[in-house]
Parts: sequence; structure tokens; C-alpha cells
Amino acid sequence: MLRYITLRLAGLIGVLLAVSALTFFLMHAIPGGPFDAQALAQNKVLPTEVITQLNIKYGLDKPLVEQYLTFMLNAVRLDFGYSFTSQTRTVTQIIADQWPYSIQLGLLTLVFSMIIGLGLGLGAAIKQGTWLDYLGTTVSIFCMVMPGFVFAILLQFVFAVRLHWLPTGGWDKPATWVLPVLANSLAPILTLQRFTKSSMVDAMRANYVRTARAKGLSEQRVMLIHVLKNALSPVITVGGPMAASLVIGSFFIEKIFQIPGIGFYWVNAIQTRDYPMIMASTLIWTALITITYLLTDLAYALIDPRVAFVKES
Amino acid sequence: MAVVTSTVGELPRRQSTGALVWKRFRHNRAAMIALGFIVLQVLIALFANLIAPYDPIKGIYLDTYQFPSSKHLLGTDDLGRDVLSRIIFGARISYGIGILSQFILVLIGVPIGALSGLIGGWFDYMVMRLIDVLSSLPMIMFYILLLIALRGGFGNMILTMALTGWIGVARLVRGQVLSLKQTDYVRAARAMGGNTRHIFLTHLVRNSLTPVIVSMALGVPGAMFAEAGLSFLGLGIAPPEPSWGQMIGIYQTYIQSFWHLSVFPAIVLALTMFAWIALGEGLQKALDPSMRS
Repeated sequence: MLRYITLRLAGLIGVLLAVSALTFFLMHAIPGGPFDAQALAQNKVLPTEVITQLNIKYGLDKPLVEQYLTFMLNAVRLDFGYSFTSQTRTVTQIIADQWPYSIQLGLLTLVFSMIIGLGLGLGAAIKQGTWLDYLGTTVSIFCMVMPGFVFAILLQFVFAVRLHWLPTGGWDKPATWVLPVLANSLAPILTLQRFTKSSMVDAMRANYVRTARAKGLSEQRVMLIHVLKNALSPVITVGGPMAASLVIGSFFIEKIFQIPGIGFYWVNAIQTRDYPMIMASTLIWTALITITYLLTDLAYALIDPRVAFVKES
Repeated sequence: MAVVTSTVGELPRRQSTGALVWKRFRHNRAAMIALGFIVLQVLIALFANLIAPYDPIKGIYLDTYQFPSSKHLLGTDDLGRDVLSRIIFGARISYGIGILSQFILVLIGVPIGALSGLIGGWFDYMVMRLIDVLSSLPMIMFYILLLIALRGGFGNMILTMALTGWIGVARLVRGQVLSLKQTDYVRAARAMGGNTRHIFLTHLVRNSLTPVIVSMALGVPGAMFAEAGLSFLGLGIAPPEPSWGQMIGIYQTYIQSFWHLSVFPAIVLALTMFAWIALGEGLQKALDPSMRS
């Protein structure tokens, strides 16, 4: 077990190094520097001397490898330097200020889609062939074919612009949360509904369930103790990574509903070529996702005694 | 494939695989409607210059911000460009990227996956590690970074999707080849003295094509969605060239006043995604008889 965790952690560091190098060199492969992009956005051309000075200030005149090493050495201490577009806030500060919005959006989406997805999946499996089953199928087809950002716009149009029931954007009061969470939940609901249903159907057919029925247990007890417990533990394997991918924010939903989360800032950083910001968020996200995968696997092994880490080499 | 002579008339006529698949597909009503819709859209995309009522790029400056009317069925935008005409020309981008990207990623993914499964050893090890690393990246972020490095545009978007999308196909084909290698007919072919090249081309590649076709059909809406999403963020197709996602992205901020600018492309995109997914699922059911209920 310990050996397994050590190996996985080593793999994690490898992935982070690969991602950081890839991001760094991809960003720097683009012709033009960050200050060209900023000047272009304001419709002006900076004099060459000014650009040279700015490049020296931010260390962009040094060789690429040296820049990369400096960045990584500081990044280990969570110091990502100053954002090129903000004079007053460091990257770490921007992330600390903006990420909570994305985390709130992500967690609300997770709770909402857990309720709907698990509910529909359980309903469809227990009452197969009834309206509940068809409702589940209909919802999951809708979630599959409707792109999230298109749904977001249609929701915004119908409920905010036409009916005036809800605000068009922002994040300051609970009424503003409804539409973004709804639009953000399509993919999670789809995954949860399908996974729960198939996992439940498998568990209900298992031999131990037949045995439990044969020895005369009540239907309620069979369902709660034997089926649910065994069916829901695999759901954790999708739930963990899903939670991680939700709390890193959504580029589309945050842009459409004007939520000042980290996804919104990342898109801006990309457009203004804000290297430190891009590198920092990319690294944090990758770390978060890989750590979640590791934790999910470990949690799964703790819950389900049948899982053993056989493939250690 | 089947040669039927009249002398064995009492035997049931053998049908080719294609005919069988088509027969099964035809009975799937949702998939047939989707197919009709897609064929229509392809024709519209091909003959866009004949069908579109107005120029998609040059606007009429006297007609800016028109709401839908008999003159402009879906209205006009801030530069007086006809929204319907832009949606019609946008179909070229959407279909072009959706379909071409699938062909290119298959051209990359199938040989890599097949060779990996066939040769095994160090080659397989390297390919699988590369796939592991690539699939541990958050894909959309990788798309975006790569696309910015390549600076957007039609060709570069296809390249980006092919460079990231081959992983799935390669994994699929590798798995197929590994399991087919163990089948009796491949062993029989080997026992009869068939060389590796012959076995590879006639038995392994041909028999692993079915899942590849299904993954291509289901990959088209994925690529269309990616194009729309990236253009929505302003990283894909640059104006004045029209793309559905780009139209949605640019005019989404006008939704309070000029809703028709973003809502119509959004509806078209949603319908197109729906049709392609229905087609892909129908194809999957028709090609794989074991999936029929």
C-alpha cells in the first residue's frame, strides 16, 4: 500500500513537470510577447525601448530554460509572481480572490446533479419500465445532446430576458445561482444517472442479492443493505474526479453569466498572454485533478475490500 | 462478396454486411430522421453560395440590427449582415471541421493503435505511456493552449483536434487487435502460413473497423462542439468568417436587446448535435447486433 502511494506520488510529480514544461514552451512558442497583446487590445503600439524595459522587469529577456527554472523554483513555494495584467495583485492573490466563486459554482452544481442524477438513476433501476425510467432516459438524452453553453444561452434568454424571473448574470444573490448551476449540471447529471442505473442493475442481479431474498429478508432490507451499499461504492470513482473538474470552474458558464471565477480569468489571461497566470492555474488544476484521482482510488480500496492493488509494478 | 448462382436457388440468398446494416438502421426512426436532417445540412453547406439569400461577410449598413422579418428571416447583426446567411455559411465550418478532423485523427490513431497491439514490447510500452500522460491533462485546457500556439483558424483547429483526438481511436484499435490476435481465425490464418502483413491487413484491420466507424460518427458532434466552444471563446474561427460558436460568443452579450443574434445559432447548433448523436447511436446499434434488445 505504502509502496503504491509512493509510486503514484512520483507519477504525479512527473505529470506536473511534463504539464508545466509543455504549457511553458507552448506559451512561449507563440510569436509576439505579452506586451504586444496588451498594447494591441488598447489599439496602440508600444515603443521598442518600453517593451525591452518591460521584458527586463519581468525577466523575459533571459534564456527560456532559465526562465522556466526560475518559475518552477518559485512555484514550489506557491509564488507565481505578478500577473502581467494587474499592477497590484500577485497571481496567488488573484487565484485566492477569484477561485471561491468557481468553487461555489462547482459545489452547488455537484449537489444539484447528485440529487437529480442519483435520484433518476436509482428510480430508473428500481422501477424499471415505469414513467420514472423513461423520465431518466429522456433527461439523460437531453443532457447528452445539449451543449452546456448553448443551454446556458437558451436558459438566459427564456428565464432572464423574456420572462424576467431571474437575473441575467452575476453571483451576488441566490437568485443568480439558479441558471448557471442548471446549465453547468448537464454533463454531471448524464454521467451520474447512467452510472448509477447500470451499477444498480448489476447489483440487483448479483448472487448475494438472490441469497438475501432466499433467506427471507424483507425487500427494504435487501435494497438498503445489499443493493444500495454495493451499487453506490463504484459511484465514488466517478464522483471524485467529477467534483475536481467542477471546482476548477467553467470557462463557458462563467463567461455567459459574468461570474468572476477562475475560469473567467483564465480565458482573459489566455487572450492577454498573461504567462504567470496561465502557468499557475494550469499547474494548480492539473495537481488537483491528479491528486483527486489518487484519493479516489484509495477511497475505493477502503470501501470495497475486493479491490487490491495488484498491478504495482 | 456473395456470389449466388441460380442453381442453388433454394438456399436463402446471402446478404452483404452493408445491406444487413442498412436494413437494421432503416428501422430506427430517430436515426433515419437524423440522417435526413444531416444530408439536408450537408447539401446546404455544399451549395451555401447558391442558397444563402445575402452575402455572409459584406453587410448592408442601412439594415443593421434588424429583428426577424420577411426581408431578413432571422434578422441582421451589428454590421447589417444577414443572420440566416451567416448560419448557412457557418455550416461549412462546422461540418468541415467535424468530418475532416475525424478522418485525420483516424489516419493517425488507427496505425499507431494497430502497430502497438501487433508489435507489443517496447513500442507498445512507449505508446501507452504517451497516451497516459496525454490523457492525464485536462483536455480542454490542452486544446486551448495548442490552438493559441497555432493561432486559430480552420486548418489549425482540425490539426488540434486530430493531435488530441487520436488517443481514443488508438486505444480502441489496440484493444481490438489484442483481442483479435487471440481468435481462432487469426491463429488459423497464421497456421496456414499467412505472413504478418497479410494477417494484419486482411484480418486485424478489417475486423476492428466497426468500432472505429462508430467512434468516428460519435466523434463528429464532439469536434463540432469543440469548434463551437473554442470559437465561442474567441480562439477558433476569427470574424468576419462566420461560425456558429463564434456568433453565439460575440453576440451573447447582446442577449438583453438583440436576442436573435445568439439564440438562432444556438438552436441550430443544438439541433445539429442532436442529429449527429442520434445518427451515431443508430449506427452503433445497426453495426453491433449484440446491442439490440
